[in-house]
Amino acid sequence: MTTRQTAPAPAPGTPLSPVTPARKVRSGSLGRYLVVRFLLIFPTVFILVSMVFLLMRVTGDPITAALGGRLPADQLRERIQEAGYDRPLIVQYLEYLGQVFTFDFGTTLTDNQQVTDVLLRYGGATLELAIYALLVAFVVGIPLGMLAAAVRDRWGDALLRVFAILCYATPVFFAGLLLKLVFSVGLGILPVAGRASVRVELALGRVDDPTGIYLIDAIRTGNPNVIGDVLAHAVLPGIALGLLTAGVFLRLVRTNVIGTLAMPYVDAARSRGVREIRLVRTHAYKPALIPIITVIGLQIAMLLGGAVLTETTFEWEGLGFQLTRYLSARDFVAVQGIVALLAVIVALTNFVVDVVAALIDPRVRY
Amino acid sequence: MTRPLPAERTAPTRGPRRSLRDVLRRLPIVHQYRQSVGLQRGMLTAGLVICALFVLTAMLAPVLAPYGFNQLSADGERFGAQQPPSPEHLLGTTVGGYDVLSRVIWGAQTALLVIVVAVSLSIFAGILLGLVSGYLGGWLDRVLVVIADAVYAFPTLLLAIVAAIVISGGRSSLLGGVFAAAISITVVFIPQYFRVIRAEAVRIKSEAYVESAKAIGASAPRIMFRHVFRNATRTLPLIFTLNSSEAILTLAGLGFLGFGIEPTSGAEWGYDLNRSISDVTSGIWWTAVFPGLAIVLVVLGMTLVGESLNDLADPRLRTRRRAAATPADAAAESTPVAREELGEVP
Repeated sequence: MTTRQTAPAPAPGTPLSPVTPARKVRSGSLGRYLVVRFLLIFPTVFILVSMVFLLMRVTGDPITAALGGRLPADQLRERIQEAGYDRPLIVQYLEYLGQVFTFDFGTTLTDNQQVTDVLLRYGGATLELAIYALLVAFVVGIPLGMLAAAVRDRWGDALLRVFAILCYATPVFFAGLLLKLVFSVGLGILPVAGRASVRVELALGRVDDPTGIYLIDAIRTGNPNVIGDVLAHAVLPGIALGLLTAGVFLRLVRTNVIGTLAMPYVDAARSRGVREIRLVRTHAYKPALIPIITVIGLQIAMLLGGAVLTETTFEWEGLGFQLTRYLSARDFVAVQGIVALLAVIVALTNFVVDVVAALIDPRVRY
Repeated sequence: MTRPLPAERTAPTRGPRRSLRDVLRRLPIVHQYRQSVGLQRGMLTAGLVICALFVLTAMLAPVLAPYGFNQLSADGERFGAQQPPSPEHLLGTTVGGYDVLSRVIWGAQTALLVIVVAVSLSIFAGILLGLVSGYLGGWLDRVLVVIADAVYAFPTLLLAIVAAIVISGGRSSLLGGVFAAAISITVVFIPQYFRVIRAEAVRIKSEAYVESAKAIGASAPRIMFRHVFRNATRTLPLIFTLNSSEAILTLAGLGFLGFGIEPTSGAEWGYDLNRSISDVTSGIWWTAVFPGLAIVLVVLGMTLVGESLNDLADPRLRTRRRAAATPADAAAESTPVAREELGEVP
């Protein structure tokens, strides 16, 4: 049970249901749950894509937005006619839905690329960043959350909780700038921006059939310097984005461990003389990890939003960086395409996370 | 489920006429404050102090700020760009030649305006939709739930970007920008209020007092707004604080991506941070650190309040007072009626 996103994401206790409205499915039928959950992807994607389309078109056509003022009026009209933006909105909408259905998200105005190609080229970078961030979140959030629960209501707990709040009170871009100031400019031990040095980028470009995920490509070159360079570039963006989620994990683990610490079986162990820290480490934390799986689903959305900001801060050339670029070029066809595509990705990953959660925890099935 | 007896009967000391002090005690935050102890009270106090400072700064910005947010020169002399902190400019100047301190102070005003507009709009829309959807049910309810869930699962910032494009086509004046940012944030928040109020409405719908209201012929709108709504508001203060902090972060994110408010028409922390990316690379720290700290501090304050309220509402997390000061206090603490009415989980 969680709220969403950026700020104090999962407010434990707020009576929000998870994303799936599949409450009516009786428990015990995993197969039925999976089918219902799968079918729910379609209305979700449909609603988001329609919403993005309608919102973006209410205000006018993308060609005027991108080129208005730069082209004479008659040429502008000609291009609008050519692209079909003068037709009734409903016709355009149906055509757009048809395109989306065949996975065609349009062509960017400014540099004439298929939006799906943009995804293929830059999606790897964003995925890589998200994985680093999740790693940081796990490594930082879970042990600290357990620690906070163990020293509950003492000073250590207060400090850790303030740390957790600071993690998500700090906008990722500010965290990024601070990290840069300290580690890149001040100490000079880590690179300021980018995914790799120019020389390494060239080396990576020579790998046949590159995956776009630099770490994998670097390992395939087998050159330790290349791997080191790629990793050094990943540290600061990974931490900046990862701390955001780490804060969420910390408080989630803390709340849940406190909950399980009150369970009879933990009391039983305590009565046998098991020490408090060991109670947390071996008895209470496993059931407390289950909510984490559910929350990861919501964290995907948060990571994508955070990635846009992190990539801009660190000039990490992923999807978010491209989105910002198209935004400032006022290329709204590209923006609409990328956002719609991300909607599909979010819906799919949420489905996968829900399935995993249902397989692990029978209680999820409602 | 039996409803607890009315207050007059279980606690005879409290007459039907409540004193001012009693009313005060029942205000959301005051009540929780009295309930808190130890560290929890410390965190709540710290949060409240920060929030109060923020609101004061926002309201007194014209008095506190040494210069205007878009002032480039004083006494006919230009400030100069990227000047380090000095007696004239306590926090230095930005790359655009503005005074950093002044922009940080004026930024509080922009942030407060956006929070107020965004949260009141989304509370209004979310409550209305949630009540109608939860109480009436049926196909409308199902459609609204699916829509809310779809929006809820989507990255806030991306949705806000789309909304910002629609509303202002990019950037605009202070008032236009504030409304554009606020409405973009509202679009994202409505599902949250909707879900909470709907869940409560569904729960309350089956209570005996709603049924008896129906039996004596009260109309659906009357039941919705008089009986259901009054009892569905207990989680609102919590969501309010959490959303205010999220509103600030979204506003800053929009500003950072260049969809905020023009620097000449209003000060906005996210925009200032965006302009400082290149400064940081050359070791100029004051343009980034201060607006960033302002964001962190305000969000920290609001989250501290929100988290404390949340913990106090959750019996698993509430630190209990070892012994109440007087027997009367202890009785008041444990009267189920008081708890129910004051928005706690019984």
